[in-house]
Amino acid sequence: MNVVQPFEGIGASVRRKEDRRFLSGRGQYTDDINRPGQLYAHILRSPHAHARITGIDTAAARAMPGVEAIYTSADMASVGGIPCGWQIHNKDGTPMAEPKHPVLAEGKVRHVGDPVAVVVATTRQQARDAAEAIEVGYDVLTAAANLAQAQALGAPAVHDDVPSNLCYDWHIGEKAAVDAAFAQAAHRVVFETTNNRLVPNAMEPRSAIGDFDATTGEHTLWTTSQNPHVIRLLMGAFVLNLPESKLRVVAPDVGGGFGSKIYHYAEEAIVTWAAHKLARPVKWTSDRTEAFMSDAHGRDHVTRAELALDKDGKFLALHVQTQANMGAYLSTFAPCVPTYLYATLLAGVYATPAIYAEVKAVFTHTVPVDAYRGAGRPEASYLLERLVDVAAKQCGFDKVELRRKNFISTDAFPYQTPVALQYDSGDYFSTLDQALETSGWAGFEARRAEAKARGRLRGIGISTYLEACGIAPSAVVGSLGARAGLYEVGTIRVHPTGSVTVLTGAHSHGQGHETTFAQLVADKLGVPIAQVEIVHGDTAKVPFGMGTYGSRSLAVGGSAMDKAMDKIIAKGKRIAAHLMEASVEDVEFERGTFRVAGTDKTKALAEISLAAYVPHNYPIEELEPGLEETAFYDPKNFTYPGGCHIAEVEIEPETGRVQMVNFTAVDDVGRVINPMIVEGQVQGGVAQGIGQALLEACVYDEAGQLVSASMMDYCLPRAEDLAPVSVATHTTLCTHNPLGVKGCGEVGAIGSPPAVINAVVDALRDYGVEHVEMPATPQKIWSILHRQQS
Amino acid sequence: MLDAGRAKRDLSRSKSREGAMPQVTLSVNGTTHTVEVEGRTLLVELLREKLRLTGTHVGCDTSQCGACVVHMDGESVKACTTLAVMCDGAQVTTIEGLAQADGTLHPMQEAFREYHALQCGFCTPGMVMSAVDLVKKNPQGLSEQEIREGLEGNLCRCTGYHNIVKAIAAAQDVMHGRRESLAAAAE
Repeated sequence: MNVVQPFEGIGASVRRKEDRRFLSGRGQYTDDINRPGQLYAHILRSPHAHARITGIDTAAARAMPGVEAIYTSADMASVGGIPCGWQIHNKDGTPMAEPKHPVLAEGKVRHVGDPVAVVVATTRQQARDAAEAIEVGYDVLTAAANLAQAQALGAPAVHDDVPSNLCYDWHIGEKAAVDAAFAQAAHRVVFETTNNRLVPNAMEPRSAIGDFDATTGEHTLWTTSQNPHVIRLLMGAFVLNLPESKLRVVAPDVGGGFGSKIYHYAEEAIVTWAAHKLARPVKWTSDRTEAFMSDAHGRDHVTRAELALDKDGKFLALHVQTQANMGAYLSTFAPCVPTYLYATLLAGVYATPAIYAEVKAVFTHTVPVDAYRGAGRPEASYLLERLVDVAAKQCGFDKVELRRKNFISTDAFPYQTPVALQYDSGDYFSTLDQALETSGWAGFEARRAEAKARGRLRGIGISTYLEACGIAPSAVVGSLGARAGLYEVGTIRVHPTGSVTVLTGAHSHGQGHETTFAQLVADKLGVPIAQVEIVHGDTAKVPFGMGTYGSRSLAVGGSAMDKAMDKIIAKGKRIAAHLMEASVEDVEFERGTFRVAGTDKTKALAEISLAAYVPHNYPIEELEPGLEETAFYDPKNFTYPGGCHIAEVEIEPETGRVQMVNFTAVDDVGRVINPMIVEGQVQGGVAQGIGQALLEACVYDEAGQLVSASMMDYCLPRAEDLAPVSVATHTTLCTHNPLGVKGCGEVGAIGSPPAVINAVVDALRDYGVEHVEMPATPQKIWSILHRQQS
Repeated sequence: MLDAGRAKRDLSRSKSREGAMPQVTLSVNGTTHTVEVEGRTLLVELLREKLRLTGTHVGCDTSQCGACVVHMDGESVKACTTLAVMCDGAQVTTIEGLAQADGTLHPMQEAFREYHALQCGFCTPGMVMSAVDLVKKNPQGLSEQEIREGLEGNLCRCTGYHNIVKAIAAAQDVMHGRRESLAAAAE
């Protein structure tokens, strides 16, 4: 028996295979790569939110030392605009407005950071110096810096062909049913809120290197991407008109993404194009300030919601009206975030029978907004979970019991919501009960009293959230406007000696795929993880793939591997049957061993793979040699993780600082492959959620100037801002993928912000506070307390 | 954390020759290098671009994130705000030089692995170098809260810090000889 010792399969907290190289400084991130003869690009960006370009004088810059070339949009006339991957339709059925997104600004700049010119020089510093010598004439125009300004009468148009600034006006659900329910409601609760704009801030700034081989005509792009095949498709087919066969995209080690590295960015096209033009490799690496003004931002919704309840607190209907900021251009997935990743989640964990949501997406003179960890679902869970708390308070219900009363019952699955989704499984009562127990919910009032004696205001807040991930069934998303399929691809290559290489279209940028995916192979094929190599992030190595986002890597990518392993086992059984002179139907396989059922005749996987590559004794008439299989897996449904988060905070009245004192997360993420990694993913997600709730805000002034464009101005959570997070899982299996997995990458960021704000509002309960907008900064809290006292 | 401005380096020590680029001679991970630099060249640029030691990362431009932390003469410095010319004669240790020559990881590196204190790995080199210095300077031992405060100069966007704090707490016992090897992290 080829038993794996120690157990490394599904459920083991195996230490990560990738850690050693990261811990010894041997990771290879894009900026760590240097190509022979490499030049450096620097992008000159607009300092204005909205301006007409009256002229660009590059003469002085061209004379600067080391300068090889300077490009403006005039030089790139043959280059296409950056495409959008999702088309939403308006209420009236017409398609959304989709103005051109040029690689370099054409005639006008539309946000601070909009790229205007590119300098390519021998060194990074020379390129930067020369960029400072470029004279750009700007006729500065009034900007629409936020949702209100962009929709005001006479607002400046971001795009001349979209005078209203309205990208789309979309809806979902049954308005008539909602109106009817409201007419009979005992309680109507209105809640208005802003979901704060965030900057993802992966620690590794974006970087890209273009290279061109004149001999083969092959272009190579190294880039900080979560999905190299998607970049190849978008940039090759739409921007640079290069066939896939001549374009290789490599995403090596990537230092965090959180969504911001999904999208095809102008800089990728610029370096690829310039490398061809100059016949030299060209590297561009963002600095942090540049990242703030060029990486896609997240969230930025303004919403009014109204909930109808009967006299006992049963939810009757929900009406939501949301305005979503798209920024100046449509980023790759931007249009689907406030629609199919947001409004479809408005049932949450509740059996609300009627829901109607209207979403207006609006162009503004700001950086494009797209998916950021959770993408639409955090906005939905925040709205719902604050709304339920507000309703409980206004109508006099206990906030926990009001939730419990409205939960979808555990025997109701599959459960069809009124907003398109069908949940396959869940048990919201158990995650709630477990979190209440772990957090010591029942004993909170004593802790509050003890804190009060110390002069602190202590609050506790709960969120019972749900999300949809494992993105996504291609036919479903296609009917909803996606311009791509959302399957995943996995190849299992069993080598002659029985070691395994896995090729996956998913991409790891912190998630630990090299370990988790190896565990899938260890569990199913019985190969020790040391002999399993995970290959990802290179279109020249991996057949195809859609990448990593929407907590899809395991649910979709892992399922593709599982399917490919099924094919390996099926072929292996035929080889084993031949070698053991048995019928195929009699051959069983378990963790590395083929056995003739009911006998002691066995063959190890390595014996089968050797026979497959050295087919001396082999069923060659009916079977090809080799042992390598590829599977495309297209999921049947989204997966639906959910759970309960409970936050406990203390406010220091003298400063208004909100201190996290405790955080409990009980999540149902489906089957857990590596508990250590899952816990780490939840911890990190919760940290980002706490960041959104308490610290982070991307701020534009009225003129559209980005005033929070550095880590000194944009407050990222530091170690001291956070409290230990207690993470537990309570599993119900996903019913439609072979692994039973749901996804854990985003739950932390989705469930936590409303729990934290509910706790802050609870801490302020003696002050008549109904709501505190995110982020609940010391200034905001201090002002509330001070106002109350004066 | 020692910031560049406080580094006890004498700028005049770098050999500035008439009309030529300044030269600095420094030891990095035990190897001596003499390198021509510009006056504005940063230590992190010298390490990454001249010596191709790319384990030291740049995550910001305002000395906030700490991805670039290295040890200079035994103290942690942010290499993104240290001028290369300030490093003449210095002994620099980067993340590449922390493990033993035979590849045995430093207890801090080992603890980060054992406690899953890294995800994407980008902040990790700076985080580990800061943590080693923090622990060295506090032989009395650090509480969890003190470790959190001690990490003020290092940002991590992936982990939420919890496992980093646990790893440092475990590593300090090994580094100070209070424990022979790391306690296994709770499953």
